[in-house]
Amino acid sequence: MATLTTPPEVEQAGSSTTTMTYREALRLALREELEHDEKVFLVGEEIGVFEGSYKVTAGLFKEFGPKRVREAPISEEGFVGLSVGAAMMGLRPVVEIMTLNFILVAMDQVVNHAAKVRYMLGGEVGCPLVIRTPNGAGNQLTAQHSQSFEQWFAHVPGLKVVAPATPADAKGLLKAAIRDDDPVIVVENLPIYKEKGEVPDDPEFVTPIGRARVAREGTDLTIVAHSFAVKRSLEVAEQLESELDVSAEVVDLRSLRPLDTQTVADSVSKTNRALCVEEGWSSYGTTAEVAARIQDACFDDLDAPVGRVGMAEVPMPYAKNLENATLPHSEKILGAAKHVLGVA
Amino acid sequence: MAQTKGSANARSSNGRRKRTKKEEDSPEVARLREHYEMMVLIRLFEEETERQYKKAQIGGYCHLSSGQEATNVGACAALLKEDVLFTGYRGHGFALAKGIDPGKVMAELFGRVDGAAHGRGGSMHICDAEYNYLGGWGIVAGQLPLATGAAFALSQEDQPYAVLCELGEGAVNMGAWHESLNLAGIWDLPVVFLVLNNIYGMGTTVDKASAEPEIYKRAAAFRMHGERVNGQDLEEVLEASDRLMTRAREERKPAVLECMTYRFRGHSVADAGTAYRTKEEVFERQENDPIPAFGKALLERGAISSQDELDEIRSRAEKKVDEAVEFAEQSADPDVDTLAQHVYGDPDTADQFARMGPGSPYGERELVLSSGLGSS
Ligand SMILES: Cc1ncc(C[n+]2csc(CCOP(=O)(O)OP(=O)(O)O)c2C)c(N)n1
Repeated sequence: MATLTTPPEVEQAGSSTTTMTYREALRLALREELEHDEKVFLVGEEIGVFEGSYKVTAGLFKEFGPKRVREAPISEEGFVGLSVGAAMMGLRPVVEIMTLNFILVAMDQVVNHAAKVRYMLGGEVGCPLVIRTPNGAGNQLTAQHSQSFEQWFAHVPGLKVVAPATPADAKGLLKAAIRDDDPVIVVENLPIYKEKGEVPDDPEFVTPIGRARVAREGTDLTIVAHSFAVKRSLEVAEQLESELDVSAEVVDLRSLRPLDTQTVADSVSKTNRALCVEEGWSSYGTTAEVAARIQDACFDDLDAPVGRVGMAEVPMPYAKNLENATLPHSEKILGAAKHVLGVA
Repeated sequence: MAQTKGSANARSSNGRRKRTKKEEDSPEVARLREHYEMMVLIRLFEEETERQYKKAQIGGYCHLSSGQEATNVGACAALLKEDVLFTGYRGHGFALAKGIDPGKVMAELFGRVDGAAHGRGGSMHICDAEYNYLGGWGIVAGQLPLATGAAFALSQEDQPYAVLCELGEGAVNMGAWHESLNLAGIWDLPVVFLVLNNIYGMGTTVDKASAEPEIYKRAAAFRMHGERVNGQDLEEVLEASDRLMTRAREERKPAVLECMTYRFRGHSVADAGTAYRTKEEVFERQENDPIPAFGKALLERGAISSQDELDEIRSRAEKKVDEAVEFAEQSADPDVDTLAQHVYGDPDTADQFARMGPGSPYGERELVLSSGLGSS
């Protein structure tokens, strides 16, 4: 497609960086924003004395006290809804939901309330709410605790959804979310919490919402992914290079809503082949949305049907071998890539 | 089920009287010995579970019942086989107390095909339809509406049975608690909500989480009977469970039974359990371990004749745990070709999905659609 332009330069990082884990980068973003704006407060289960189930908030309770770091009982519907109300009053709540799975009991407050506030009240009242929560699977946590249904939120006008795949974006996107005036769901990821990377020191550094990132440049195939699937895709890209001499470009979506179709289309119009990968089920999923937009934006550029890979469409089983068969592991992504490349 | 309080009379002045023939024959006393043995079995099973977890034979979240055995056994002892049991995710003790074969439970923890859920569920989702144990559930308070619904079904079909629904004290601040108790109240449903108050929901104490931390009192909001018992005393738990389950069966009245208990281990095997409570506190609680206390009481009462008999009980339980591990080890991994089995159960399902193939995501046809998605 000829009319596509190059995406604007999205990185605004200052010069110095520090190596840290994804978890530490999130913590840094929280600390900086708690310092930056008194209206910001954290609320969630076990985020104080216990320091967070996944230790993201470690130390913040000590540093900022119980008023800014609120330990909530197990009452997701209550404290998510409470945060919507507080946000309507101008506070900036940052809610931690222990894992994505537990937001289901609060779904009504998110979809029917948070997402509707501004529009339904005619623009008179806003809802600067952040909900951060990890998706992910792979530790035999089984059916009720292994889900990645972040695209459900991306389906809803009124919500924004971001999903950082690197420590830099963990900091940058979380900060952008907290500073945003609308409800933003920040989808973190269990297996990436311990991953290390370079993170800009500049406290004004944010990753703009709605801008994808080319995580690896290539010429023969575009792999589009977000969250943990980016890591899987990068591994597969290396394999494609070494085993098949195929140069794969990997696009990390970073935001699911708004979705940066532009960056994806630019890439596909260059490579002419696209594979979409996601951690969750792909029926009606992110890959479905991205594939639909690719075929519309790049119909004439495509040399093969757009491929898709996701989790096998079963509730996650417990047994290790069944779990492995269910996950969108690199073998499956590689198989799908070969299929799209026509070398299978 | 007979009430058991009276058997305390059997205690002699020196507390070391040899068991009389009469007591030996008494089914009540024999039952108490069985309950004791079951408590020992659960403790040893959980200790073995932790070892197997550390050997990576078991994965995922794994929540142990150690310290709470008197509640598991006392409550399950009040159940008829037809009564229905629902629990949260801390379910190994309940599964064993309900009578499920330890091998089937261990095989599930190992993720094997002979496990209680055929390797699909793992530690949090043990179940046994034959014993009417309709599941361990992993979302806090998620099982409450289900249990209420099971009670509804019993009531609707005039079945003379009742439902026991376990939950932690951390679950009572969920909307599901309020909605379930209200429904059970207005529709006279035969369900007993068994609240295991072990003081901590992960690292949060009950008085920090609950505006009314005496949970049994909350039943009053639904004009429902609520009471609290010492959950470290098997006979107290049994007496109250029995009375309330009987009432639920016969009078169709729901109730809340709060058992004060304590978990000796961390929230799950991954939690050392020391960040939010002192070692001294745990130590002090372990000093009041319900198992030796109950063993001692039985000994004093003559229901158990000697230390030798206590040791015998322990070795029998050890043997059962060893056999459970052996059974689990020998059971096969589930066949990957059965991955999509039981996603649905209707026999028409495969046919209904038959035309979904074209344009499928990679691997879906092979892994999911071709195996029929049904129960075959
Ligand atoms: C809706 C929901 N929120 C959070 C969790 C995570 N979680 C699992 S267990 C638990 C604590 C529950 O404590 P309690 O009910 O007291 O039971 P206990 O673990 O002490 O048996 C939490 C917060 C969950 N499983 N479901």
